[in-house]
Amino acid sequence: MRALQRFYLVEVLSGVALTAAHFFRNMGRHAAHALGKKDARGAVTIQYPDERRPYSPRLRTLHRLVRREDGSPRCVACMMCETVCPAHCIYIVAAEHPNPEIEKVPARFDIDVGKCVFCGYCVEACPEDAIRMDTGILEFSSYTRGGMIYTKEALLALEPAGPDGHPRSPIPIPADRTP
Amino acid sequence: MSLAADLGIAFGRVAFVMLFVLNMGGLLTWVERKQSAIMQDRIGANRASILGLRLFGLFHPLADAIKMLTKEDFRPARADRVLFGLAPFVSVFFALTAFASIPFGDTLRVGGREIPLQAVTLNVGVLYVFAMLSLGVYGVMMAGWSSGNNFALLGGQRAAALMITAEVAIGASIMGVIMVYGSLNMMDIVRGQGALLWGWLPAWGIVTQPLAFVLFLTAGIAATKRIPFDMPEGESEIIGYFVEYSGMKFGMFAMADFLETVVIAGMTTSLFLGGWQVPYLDAAGVRLPWGWTWALPHLLVVLLQVGAFVLKVCAVIFFMMLIRWTLPRFRYDQAMRLGWLGLFPLSIANIVLTGLVLLLWGGRP
Ligand code: SF4
Ligand code: SF4
Repeated sequence: MRALQRFYLVEVLSGVALTAAHFFRNMGRHAAHALGKKDARGAVTIQYPDERRPYSPRLRTLHRLVRREDGSPRCVACMMCETVCPAHCIYIVAAEHPNPEIEKVPARFDIDVGKCVFCGYCVEACPEDAIRMDTGILEFSSYTRGGMIYTKEALLALEPAGPDGHPRSPIPIPADRTP
Repeated sequence: MSLAADLGIAFGRVAFVMLFVLNMGGLLTWVERKQSAIMQDRIGANRASILGLRLFGLFHPLADAIKMLTKEDFRPARADRVLFGLAPFVSVFFALTAFASIPFGDTLRVGGREIPLQAVTLNVGVLYVFAMLSLGVYGVMMAGWSSGNNFALLGGQRAAALMITAEVAIGASIMGVIMVYGSLNMMDIVRGQGALLWGWLPAWGIVTQPLAFVLFLTAGIAATKRIPFDMPEGESEIIGYFVEYSGMKFGMFAMADFLETVVIAGMTTSLFLGGWQVPYLDAAGVRLPWGWTWALPHLLVVLLQVGAFVLKVCAVIFFMMLIRWTLPRFRYDQAMRLGWLGLFPLSIANIVLTGLVLLLWGGRP
């Protein structure tokens, strides 16, 4: 067996047979696809910007602030998330809520996504279920550090992802990045 | 008038070969991407588009050329000014000229003229191709030497060593073919392969010289400096002789590799796969072994033969690409061992064996 392997030619031929089999099988599938058999796929590639694979519901993506029925944030500015955040990337300024039954409301709620480590502790810590990481948005980028800071308004505007985990709200584009 | 016609014909022959080799070389960048992708269950480059037309990524060679041409053409401060600029041109030049004596068709007869379908008719055509291929390595060595970079120098030195290894094996393995067909003229060798053994088997080189075929193809792949024999380049270790090159000069080295692939494929086709021969098709038409004949016009026969040649070259290139995307690379010492202790003695044995068989058989087929 070893001598046969050292002779190399047999091994080369078996390797070439394997790759050639892949080539011709995939070419056949491509041809079938082109001829109208749409479920024939000659490649396992997912052409990412055009198509996405389904995301797991557990996937932690860009945060959003949950809204009340009147559109104001459900967050009561208890600072739990800010305290637990290992990256210190949440910054909250509390204010009085006009409704006396609700204690407080954030006047500012900034998350510096550039620092966030996506641990999800903020979601775990929140007693009001006011912050979630289920938007399905993965593509946030900016030319500056400041552009990575998402404000309360931006976070409130986001919708939860669809059933396949794909984002439903448009990717928030920072001010420094013209699309 | 006659002089003008002669000139025109000579020009046409050269132009055909030139355009064929150049376009194949350009196309191979696409083939390389697409074939490797399909072999690996991927899609391959398909984003270059003109007005939304993508054509399976066929515009990528074009996009590559534009990218290469618009990049900075950098020359290191310690590089040799003249040699550094000359090296890529030398590489491409010899790779391009090597194809000249490979015949792509039989003699074409139009208007009382006999036009042999090869760029130049040479008595020593085999040696010519061989010589041009070996000269190509000078470009690589020049690049390695003139870059003023130790890794480039290592790459150039490896290229020289590899080329000698491959050259010896190539030279010794085509010896058997030359003995069988009794000529150094490529056209005669291809003509000789039109004969039928035992009245039915085409006497192609792969039939009469199977061992030489394997040896030649292995050494030929080594001569193209591509994986599995890519030590001059060695992307994973020394990056190689073109480490200091950028822009189109780098592109020309890549191009030279592809051109050499085409040349080796053309040579394999001519020496071992019957060149432009179509089985059971001779100048008069189809002639099957059991006596059935079908006359065909001369022009159609020539067209069929040129088509057969192109098809065979493409098939060999396909196979070489298959090898390139299947095998892992050899280490430097492994390649040397394979060349000197494997290919070389085997090809010498092949010569002895061929001589013996010819002696016992009593001459050539
Ligand atoms: S996911 Fe983790 S790091 Fe990011 S904001 Fe929440 S707690 Fe902080
Ligand atoms: S833990 Fe919840 S309620 Fe408290 S500040 Fe954070 S988001 Fe608001």
